[in-house]
Amino acid sequence: MAWVNAIIQGILTGGLYALFACGLSLMFGVMRVVNLAHGDLATVAGYIGVGVIAAIHVPFLWSIPIVVVIMALLGYVLQRTLIQAAINRGDLTTLIVTFGLSMVIENGLLQFFTANSRGIGVNQSIITDSFSIGSQIQIAWLDVIIFVLAVVVLLGLQYYLSSTKYGRLIRAVADDREAAQLSGADYRHVFGIAAAIAFGTVALAGTAYGMTTTIDPTTGTQTILLFAFAAVVIGGLGSLWGTLVGGIVLGVAQEIGAQINLSWELLAGYVIFLVVLIVRPQGLTSRRAQS
Amino acid sequence: MNSLHDAAFLHVRNLTVHHGQLRALSDVSLQVAKGEVYAIIGANGAGKTTLMRTIAGLHSPTDGSVVFDGRDVTRMRPEQRAKAGIVMVPEGRRLFPSLTLEENLKVGATYARKGPWTIERAYETFPFMRERRAQKTAQLSGGEQQQVAIGRALVANPRVLLLDELSLGLAPLIVQRIYDTLPRILESGITVLLVEQDVSQARRVASHLQCLLEGHTTLEGESKDFTPDQIEAAYFGTNPGGRPPGPPGRGTEQETLSGSPDGTLSLWRGSTRLSRGS
Amino acid sequence: MSVTTDSGPFRGDDPRVRAMGEGGGRDGEFPRVTRSRRNTLWSGIGALVVVVIFATLPYTTQPGVWAILTQGLIILTLASMWNLLAGYAGLVSVGQQVFLGLGAYFILIPNMHGVSPFAALPLAAIGAAVVAIPLWWLVSRLRTAYFAIATWVLASAVALFVQQFQSIGGGTGMPLQGLQWADTNLLSADTYWVALAVAVLAIGGTYLLLRSRVGLVLTAIRDDERAARSSGVRVGFARALVFIVAAAGCGAAGGVLAIQQVAVSPGAGGVFDITWTAEMAFAVIIGGLGTIEGPIVGTVVYMVLFETLQHYNAWYLIILGLVAIGVTLFARRGLWGTVEEKFGIRLLPTGYYLWSPAERRRRIGRADRG
Repeated sequence: MAWVNAIIQGILTGGLYALFACGLSLMFGVMRVVNLAHGDLATVAGYIGVGVIAAIHVPFLWSIPIVVVIMALLGYVLQRTLIQAAINRGDLTTLIVTFGLSMVIENGLLQFFTANSRGIGVNQSIITDSFSIGSQIQIAWLDVIIFVLAVVVLLGLQYYLSSTKYGRLIRAVADDREAAQLSGADYRHVFGIAAAIAFGTVALAGTAYGMTTTIDPTTGTQTILLFAFAAVVIGGLGSLWGTLVGGIVLGVAQEIGAQINLSWELLAGYVIFLVVLIVRPQGLTSRRAQS
Repeated sequence: MNSLHDAAFLHVRNLTVHHGQLRALSDVSLQVAKGEVYAIIGANGAGKTTLMRTIAGLHSPTDGSVVFDGRDVTRMRPEQRAKAGIVMVPEGRRLFPSLTLEENLKVGATYARKGPWTIERAYETFPFMRERRAQKTAQLSGGEQQQVAIGRALVANPRVLLLDELSLGLAPLIVQRIYDTLPRILESGITVLLVEQDVSQARRVASHLQCLLEGHTTLEGESKDFTPDQIEAAYFGTNPGGRPPGPPGRGTEQETLSGSPDGTLSLWRGSTRLSRGS
Repeated sequence: MSVTTDSGPFRGDDPRVRAMGEGGGRDGEFPRVTRSRRNTLWSGIGALVVVVIFATLPYTTQPGVWAILTQGLIILTLASMWNLLAGYAGLVSVGQQVFLGLGAYFILIPNMHGVSPFAALPLAAIGAAVVAIPLWWLVSRLRTAYFAIATWVLASAVALFVQQFQSIGGGTGMPLQGLQWADTNLLSADTYWVALAVAVLAIGGTYLLLRSRVGLVLTAIRDDERAARSSGVRVGFARALVFIVAAAGCGAAGGVLAIQQVAVSPGAGGVFDITWTAEMAFAVIIGGLGTIEGPIVGTVVYMVLFETLQHYNAWYLIILGLVAIGVTLFARRGLWGTVEEKFGIRLLPTGYYLWSPAERRRRIGRADRG
């Protein structure tokens, strides 16, 4: 029965992973950029959340949209300046710049917030409570809420991409940048919007993560980037719902690993990643986005 | 020449374009009058597509300028030129494969100028589109894709429509059908600059011809003024009468030790150049 | 006028080549191809002098200096290896720390059975190289970004895996035996010499590798990979060789690190920390990616920053990172690369020089000017 619990837990966690992953997938699908600093952005969002709550003393739920908006704006600016400059200079440069960004962010957080881990205090008991199915299965409300949130975000993203003007432009630019230019679209602006969305979603994921567990400056690269990347790869590059599938597979694998040996939780994730590397290397080679 | 210059709606002056070290266009000029159909012909590799791409803004010239309706657009980004009225239907169609037919048109219409063309009018001009509008464009035939590509450009209400090799890979009957829509395009006030490998097709639709060979202009003027022989000569670089010229003599090679700025050899000095009145 | 070939593709039909062949035709001479210019001899001698000076430092300076330099030499070794990978083979590895860590462990394990850490150093290099083989098999097909992340994940996986074994210290690590010498200065000096030797071998080895056939292959790949492949060049072999050599170099550096710290500790800030990769990468980028002298310059910058800012904890790395980002965007050839370009100097050339006969005559006539 503990296994059923683990699987359900894994599925729910998969939603969170999908939330982490969709931004990464979007940035790759549209700009062909693998943002190595992606995980650190989630951590930054978590820290901003902590900071915002401390500074403005708003109920923590209000801090979420504030953080998301701040990060989305940051995403647009960073894309139009730094990342676009890197894209213009090639793959190698983009890699180095995003890696550099990741290291700078991590050490910056380390410098200002020390290596101590923090969590976002969640007080409302409704959220910290859990409910039971039968006598053996216990599920935390927070986990369910986060999963639902993830699905809602993915649905929203799908709607946005399929039915709005900018969603169409994003898909067009992702398909053929030059042809989009010929139709009057400034692709740098479209890239900026895509980055804003990516940063916004990862911010949401980061704040949610901060509620379920504690974060420290290295969480971004230690865990989040790996989760996001693995989810994207397992689910298929460029597929939005694929990231949910990938996230769930990853989450379940980790829970099963934890059942076998508590310290194997993280290792299970790595193993899954390596298995994909061996079995589905084409999942890691460049492919056209089809979101 | 000056009266021509004033009348030129699209004026390309002394364009020199490089691809890396290779010189694709050397000192090419053209003048398109408002409302006319102007055709660029020439063999593969002549530089026709490079010319179109440079006019559209996807390529930066090393030298020369593009002036549109009195405005120098040489430094303008391609999307700005599109909004200003220069819209290109690129070689190979280049539709958005993950978008449906209607979505492709919608993208074209996103930054549209004011004008008579709408998606609805595109459906009227190309009737097959209406029932296929929800289909992904990859499922369409070559001819249909070409029409969608033209439609995508039209709904932006261009002032100059650039058509790059629209007959590429299509059966002659289909090509003819597509060219049959040209009058409808013209009657809405659009000027057309097109690239065509099929010379007879070009002569049929265009009032002006310009022939390129290895980056140079070898012929330029009203299509009715030229005989097929003259066009053939310009197209292939033979002298009229069919004899190819001899190899370029030593005197025509550039001095190399001082180093030309781009280090390239300029090809083919001895081309025949026919223009109006000769 | 002499024309260097590794500044860009040099086409045989370039008129300058033809002119040289034809213009000098009076004497029937052909252009001469050499590996270096006259001043390379001087830089070779200079390098030797520098190494000798560094080797005798323990006799002329305080122990504190050697300790600082030891750290610098470790970074120098790592930087040379990262430069080899990224600057010459186009492999941006964000997981090189795995070989550093493995090198350290390959010192620790023999040490637990009585082998002196100094004696085990070659083992560190060889062991790391051996492990690199299956790792390469896993990642060789991946391109740029995927390669980077995959190396990162592999490094994390190996680190985690190694820490599962309590017998070698688990998550907390273990000290090295046999290094509790009475004369701590001697230990410090020996550590320094070993670090110097490893660094010299690393740079020297890189230089020789790049001047060999493999080096030519790498330059071909760097210019145009597809063309290289279709010319029959063994791209895969060259890359694999570079990956393994780089692993060996990082492994040796890891061994030196273990000796310097008299312990092997995994975990945060330890031998498997990604900060090592960040440091070696930033040093190379700032100094000049794709040049042999670049890592040296970059390491100097790193040491200066580290020494002046280390009181402020993570600041040195933040600034290093920001500077590296700036350099890669605006001065991508790095400090040394820019100097090289502006002044046409090349101390340790790995390309070819083409001399027209007329130029050679002139140069020989100016022999006294050097």
